[in-house]
Amino acid sequence: MMNSRVLVVTSGKGGVGKTTTTANLGTALAMMDKKVVLIDTDIGLRNLDVVMGLENRIVFDIVDVVNGNCKLKQALIRDKRFDGLCLLPAAQTKEKTAVTPHQMRNLTNELRGEYDYIVVDCPAGIEQGFKNAIAGADSAIVVATPEVSSVRDADRIIGLLEAAGLTDSRLIINRIRPKMVKKGDMMDINDIMDILSIELLGVVPEDECIVISTNRGEPAVLGNVSRAGEAYRRIARRILGEEVPMYSLDESSNLMTRFKKMLKLAR
Amino acid sequence: MLEFFTKLFSKETPGSKDVARERLRLVLIHDRSMVSPELIAALKEDLIQVIQQYMDIDVESLLVNLENDDDSVALIANIPIKSLKRAVSI
Repeated sequence: MMNSRVLVVTSGKGGVGKTTTTANLGTALAMMDKKVVLIDTDIGLRNLDVVMGLENRIVFDIVDVVNGNCKLKQALIRDKRFDGLCLLPAAQTKEKTAVTPHQMRNLTNELRGEYDYIVVDCPAGIEQGFKNAIAGADSAIVVATPEVSSVRDADRIIGLLEAAGLTDSRLIINRIRPKMVKKGDMMDINDIMDILSIELLGVVPEDECIVISTNRGEPAVLGNVSRAGEAYRRIARRILGEEVPMYSLDESSNLMTRFKKMLKLAR
Repeated sequence: MLEFFTKLFSKETPGSKDVARERLRLVLIHDRSMVSPELIAALKEDLIQVIQQYMDIDVESLLVNLENDDDSVALIANIPIKSLKRAVSI
């Protein structure tokens, strides 16, 4: 029997990078030869399919599966790049209440044993969509940006996760801008860790490459140029249990060091 | 005038992150202290039962609330006493 892990990516606030994080971590885990299925639970506002570049292949969705309109295997879309990577898309025209937490738990249990990692992309908010997304999860990855509103919502989400029995949530600080941190105009990692007091899983710098990769439907971890992509690859290795140093914000801010690195002049 | 120029050229203008951190600290004290009205009502019932064993209180005007100070949260109960029971030796 496979030792499957169900991870839910959540944040409370919208627009902080849950879907980008799900797509990149899932793809990075598949690059490391893991069998991965991504589940989009944002019914009515599905997006993980376009971020993954798989939107043209959708036939059935999560609501079809729970209603018994199709077999689970029929609804899973195989990724074009990695054999071990699949997506279960959300429904676009149904209500959020079309799936219940109980059905979600059954669904994730059915996927256990077939996949190493089941990564659930949670919708924004704390209503039914959130309750569905966390229902079958073993642990949560909380995404927050260094802003007052995002950290506040993350604090609330961590409380709700604990109340639901998910006590070992880990944090990803997304879209940090090293130059602003240096100037004292953005909260740094320690400021946020002090407030939220959960384990830090990783730090991802703000990176224009994310816009480009989303435009193309190719997660940033696939290329070598993106700083965010590198940060996500490190986080994926950490999920596998490796000890990887945190992405250094200094090196990401210094273009010369990156050039030198490319030319192998720097250590 | 001089003050203006020192401000303009000073490199020591404090960043806005300190403001962000302080505002977050305060808003979270409030958020984390939020308890449901049901919980307060249940607490009120229990308080009445216990206190009534010792003294006669005005149940109608009894007030129980959580109050936020700048950096702390307190449970404030205002319980008017109608009369004290005669001391009974135990």
